[in-house]
Order: sequence, then structure tokens, then C-alpha cells
Amino acid sequence: MTRVHDMGGRFGDGPVRPEAKDAPVFAEDWHGRALAVTLATGFLGQWNIDVSRHARERLSPKDYTRFSYYEKWISGLADLLVEKGVLTLDDLSGAGTEDPHPLAARVLKAGTVSGALAKGGPADRPSDVPIQFEVGQNVRTVKLAANRLVTGGHTRLPIYAAGANGRILRLHGTHVLPDSNAHGLGEAPEPLYAVAFAAFELWANPEHPNDEVVLDLWQSYLEPA
Amino acid sequence: MPHDDHDHPHALLPPDPALRVKALETILTRKGLIDPAALDEIIDTYQNKIGPQNGACVVAKAWSDPAFKQALLADATQVVADLGFYGRQGEHIVVVENTPDQHNMVVCTLCSCYPWPLLGIPPGWYKSDAYRARAVREPRKVLAEFGVTLPPETAVRVWDSTAEIRYLVLPMRPEGSDGLDEGDQAALVTRDSMIGTGLPMVPS
Repeated sequence: MTRVHDMGGRFGDGPVRPEAKDAPVFAEDWHGRALAVTLATGFLGQWNIDVSRHARERLSPKDYTRFSYYEKWISGLADLLVEKGVLTLDDLSGAGTEDPHPLAARVLKAGTVSGALAKGGPADRPSDVPIQFEVGQNVRTVKLAANRLVTGGHTRLPIYAAGANGRILRLHGTHVLPDSNAHGLGEAPEPLYAVAFAAFELWANPEHPNDEVVLDLWQSYLEPA
Repeated sequence: MPHDDHDHPHALLPPDPALRVKALETILTRKGLIDPAALDEIIDTYQNKIGPQNGACVVAKAWSDPAFKQALLADATQVVADLGFYGRQGEHIVVVENTPDQHNMVVCTLCSCYPWPLLGIPPGWYKSDAYRARAVREPRKVLAEFGVTLPPETAVRVWDSTAEIRYLVLPMRPEGSDGLDEGDQAALVTRDSMIGTGLPMVPS
């Protein structure tokens, strides 16, 4: 059931290494290029943010672990371009044609970058799913952190918070459900809540009795407690 | 053979990451699917235009204007959009306030979600396995690695950004900053203090 990107609570990763205040935004030039290529190809409109996250998460555990951050981005992107039929395996290996691409009309031009980035892509949508929980109510997350629609599919309930008791802190409105949207099954918007969990609900040896972790969780991840 | 690896087409590209990016950029450019000038524009935007100075401006305003702060805590998305801070990875903003009783800290254990319009592109440590793995389980040990020690009466609340809500921490205004104008107060607000792994600078 476990997936490699779902690392919250994991042991063995060593210290966090803060950076100097004047550290560059992109430590290497290619980091900026990787980010920019990823954003620019996203504007071709062939996938959504949940699909692109899922592409990175599907890197083999071996690759996911050994790749640096932007290597994951660029490798997930290459896989996605082929999966969505934008590029072929021949294209990637250098044996592709240079014929004009049918999607070329959609290319993001320099002049439209600032407008496109400023526009954003909100995830809230109207929904017919009735709101089931109110602020302050006790809830429990489903026992298994897994996509119910697609075996091995994308989900945003981390394993460390599965089967845990929490309470509703706030309602964020109704939002696109990643478990559906990552797999071409529609946006399926439903209520999204911030849910607070006592640290002792999640960890065997919490640091402090009053500490909490808050997660944003969709209604279908929750049950009444 | 990598050429048979249909599940992982990326293996067809050069293994060196800089060359891998370059190869993909070249292929996409030849096909007219990306415009290199647009890439330069995206990089310039996040290198020079959008960064933690935006968030610092919001924090300083909240420190000096109680009505603004109240509105910010009630509906941050609208309030920061009115200041011109909206866009990709900042479509739904929630601001969480540090108090003597509660310290807030933000992480994304599943990927690297971060409020881009307010803080820019996240630093390397925010995207590291160590931070993603440990911030939720042992936030106080992580804070110590940033040189921050909280009093025992302060509870830590860690926000794991699992949806499209992006969190900004409103740190407590440091001692001795009362007489400063908004611009000078903004200069005290560090990026890390708005993630919750640091505290604002104290005026000298």
C-alpha cells in the first residue's frame, strides 16, 4: 500500500539543513529551466495539477529516492508527455520528426507569461455533496490511506494520518477531489476541511502533549468519530 | 534495456540532470511546444519579482493595522489579492497567527506545496526529504536545527499542506519594533518566520 512520496513521519533522513538568507532561488541554472519547462508545458492543457503530481509519485521508488527535487520534476514530465501522447518514445530518444506539432498553437509565449501565472487555477468548485461535518466535530480518518477509485492511484491522505481521531478546525468550501481528478474521472468536488490531530494520536513518542498536526482532508477521507 | 522501459520513458533522456532538462527543452522547442523566451520570463518572475518580500509586506501591515489583521485572518485570499498578491500556487490562502500559546509551522509532506505569490519558490530544505519526513513528527527538533527554541508553554501546530490551501504564518511582532514604520517592520520579517521555522529579526 505504501507509496514512496508519502514520507511524513519517516525515520532516518538526517538533519534539515537551513540555507543562508542570500542563497539563490535556483541553486543551479538547470533548476530554473526544469521549473520553467514544467510550467510552460502545463499550459498546453493536456493535464491538471493532480495528474502532474501523480506522474512524479509514480517514478520508481528507486528513482524517486535517488533523484534530486527538480530531477523528479523533469523525469515525471518526460513520462507524462509520452503518456498523454504529446511526445513519442522516438522523440525522447532523438529519433522523432520535426513536423509542426498539433498543439503548437497553444504554446505559452513570453508576452503572456505574467498574465498566465497571475491568473492561477483555483480548485474550489460548486458541489452537490452535502456538508457532513461542522467545526469542532470529532472525526476519524479512514483506516487505509489509499485511492478508493483506482488501485494504487493518487490520494492526499498521508499514511501517517490514516485511521486517526481528529476534530474539524475549519471548512474550506468544496474542492476538486484529487483521487478522481488525477485519473481523468472528473473533478468530483466535495467538502474540504482542515482537521486537527493531537500529536499523540499520530506518534508513539510525541515531543509535547499539546502539539498538533493539521491536515486538509476531503470529506470522503473522513468518518464521524 | 532502457529503450524497452515504456513505463519510464524518462530513461531515454540523458541521465545527467542538467543535460536531461536541456534535451527535453530542445525537443519541445523544435516542435513548437515551448518558447525559450517564455521560459526566461518564468525564471525571471520567480528569481526577481515574486518572493518573500511580498509576504513580509503583508505581515508588516498586519502588525501595524488591527483592522487589516482581522480581515486577513478571516479571509486572506481576498485581502492579499487586494494588495496584488494572487496567482499560481496562491489561489486559496489561509494566514495562521502565532501567539504566546501557539506556534505555527508549515510543511508539505507529500510534495512541496508553498504559497508562491507570497513567498516565491520554496528553498531547498523545504523540499528536502528530511523536512518533509520530520516536521510533522518532531517539529521542535527541526526548529532547534533552525536555532529556534520555544518556551514549554507554547504548543506547536504543524500544518501539512495536503490540498490546494496555502498557509502563511503571521509571526509575533518582535520586541522593540513599536516605533518603526511599516517598511522597516517588513525588513524584520524573514522568509523562515513566515513558514514557521524562524522568528522575525529583532531591531538592533
